[in-house]
Amino acid sequence: MQIYLPIAEVSVNAFLLLGLGGLVGVLSGMFGVGGGFLMTPLLFFIGIPPAVAVATEANQIVASSFSGVLAHLRRKTVDLRMGTVLLIGGLIGAALGVVVFNYLRSLGQVDLLVRLCYVVFLGIIGGMMFFESLRAIRRSKSGKPAARKKHTWIQKLPFKMRFRTSGLYISVIPPVLVGIAVGVLAAIMGVGGGFIMVPAMIYLLGMPTKVVVGTSLFQIIFVTAFTTLLHATTNFTVDVALAVLLLIGGVIGAQIGTTIGTRMKAEQLRILLAMMVLAVCFKLALDLLIMPSELYSIGAAEGH
Amino acid sequence: MRWLIALLFMAGPLMAEEVVLGLSRDKVAITATFDGSEILVFGAVKREAPVPEEPLDVIVTIAGPSKPVVVRRKERRFGIWVNVDSVEVDRAPSFYAIATTGPLDKVLSNVEDLRHSISIPRAIRSVGAASATVDPQAFTEAVIRIRKANGAYSLQEGAVSLDEQTLFRTSIEMPANLTEGAYATRIFLTRGGEIVATYETAIGVQKVGLERWIFNLSREQPLIYGLMSLAIAIAAGWGASAAFRAIRDR
Repeated sequence: MQIYLPIAEVSVNAFLLLGLGGLVGVLSGMFGVGGGFLMTPLLFFIGIPPAVAVATEANQIVASSFSGVLAHLRRKTVDLRMGTVLLIGGLIGAALGVVVFNYLRSLGQVDLLVRLCYVVFLGIIGGMMFFESLRAIRRSKSGKPAARKKHTWIQKLPFKMRFRTSGLYISVIPPVLVGIAVGVLAAIMGVGGGFIMVPAMIYLLGMPTKVVVGTSLFQIIFVTAFTTLLHATTNFTVDVALAVLLLIGGVIGAQIGTTIGTRMKAEQLRILLAMMVLAVCFKLALDLLIMPSELYSIGAAEGH
Repeated sequence: MRWLIALLFMAGPLMAEEVVLGLSRDKVAITATFDGSEILVFGAVKREAPVPEEPLDVIVTIAGPSKPVVVRRKERRFGIWVNVDSVEVDRAPSFYAIATTGPLDKVLSNVEDLRHSISIPRAIRSVGAASATVDPQAFTEAVIRIRKANGAYSLQEGAVSLDEQTLFRTSIEMPANLTEGAYATRIFLTRGGEIVATYETAIGVQKVGLERWIFNLSREQPLIYGLMSLAIAIAAGWGASAAFRAIRDR
């Protein structure tokens, strides 16, 4: 069934959108990532204008994250305190990111920068997670207990706060910095930032994986809601019809994904996420390296 | 008085033939399930004098609203493909279809094409292009190539059928990805490449119903629209969560 999207001004198959939403929703629930890093390129691929895809995706992530976070709240796997601290950083970062984005747009080449950002970050994070998870699986197979987190420079910073759900007593400075960094990247790359947030929480803050997913979703809701409003009021690129179709599939998928996620081991979950991140990275890198079949592209003229 | 009649006769040959046009529809409504549209263009040639010796040809064009576009070209730099230069094309219709009774270069002379901007390359204008780059032609060609590939531009030679030099008809396929606006529809009658009569009208393409409402709200009340989008998202997220819990608890 074809449906005409009022803002995107293209006609697409409604079932295709429902399916895409569902698929990305499952991933979102399983890994606590918004799924934007996967959905945004998929939307480009089916012919949605990039500006509309990025803005609408933010709106859809709000829905799937909200659905996912409710499931996690019931299971008490959300660290609200940590989430709030991260969120404060995230909103500051998102506002900074929009400024940076507009500056880069005035220089041109913003598309290239976004792609390079994707390749670099997905590559580093995916690679790190992959090898770390492999080591963890090997350790658990050989029967040796996992090494406890060492005391690092992070422990020495002031403004310490107790995060009971995460079982941590650390300074608020690292979480706020992580929040800002993710917020900036989220605004530039047009995603929720979960795929950066999740590893940062595990490896930098030393949070337990089970809590990380719910807390990341909690924080993503607010950052993407903020982004949606920014796009809706400045660029008029949020397509509510597209969002509704994606989120119907997405919220159902997120519920299924959360159920699958709780039944899997943390190491397995991480290695799967790592492989997915690497696959997307590889695809994007390939697009940059292989000669495109059409060297020319048409864009709307700006400032007329 | 005789003088006036003489003048009329002098002007006569130019206005000897006239187009009487019919359209299967003069409005295209974009609804939620809009999946492209086909417009039947038909008409007759009205004439007072006998049919001239030379055969008549008919050209039908439909053009969507024109907007300036930026065309970018990629080149390999440091091993990756990046946009290296761009040309702004001042005017490129979002949709352009031509249907003719025969090969375009036979039914239309170059001079007339230049005057009326009928063929696809002529319908696109890029005045500032020459100064920006060495090969502006390649950029305009790229616009045509890309838009032909996605069905926005089309040239159908021989698609207009003409009976008895008088009745003509053709159907023009409009894709699903239409933008709103007035679609200028032109009919040219030609003889030996020279235009003998023209006719112009417009087909209105407009979003209706829910599509119209959503579009207007997003432009006129963006904050309310954004909050509405968020409310829908949160309601859907909560609804799905509640529904799944109900299923599981049962």
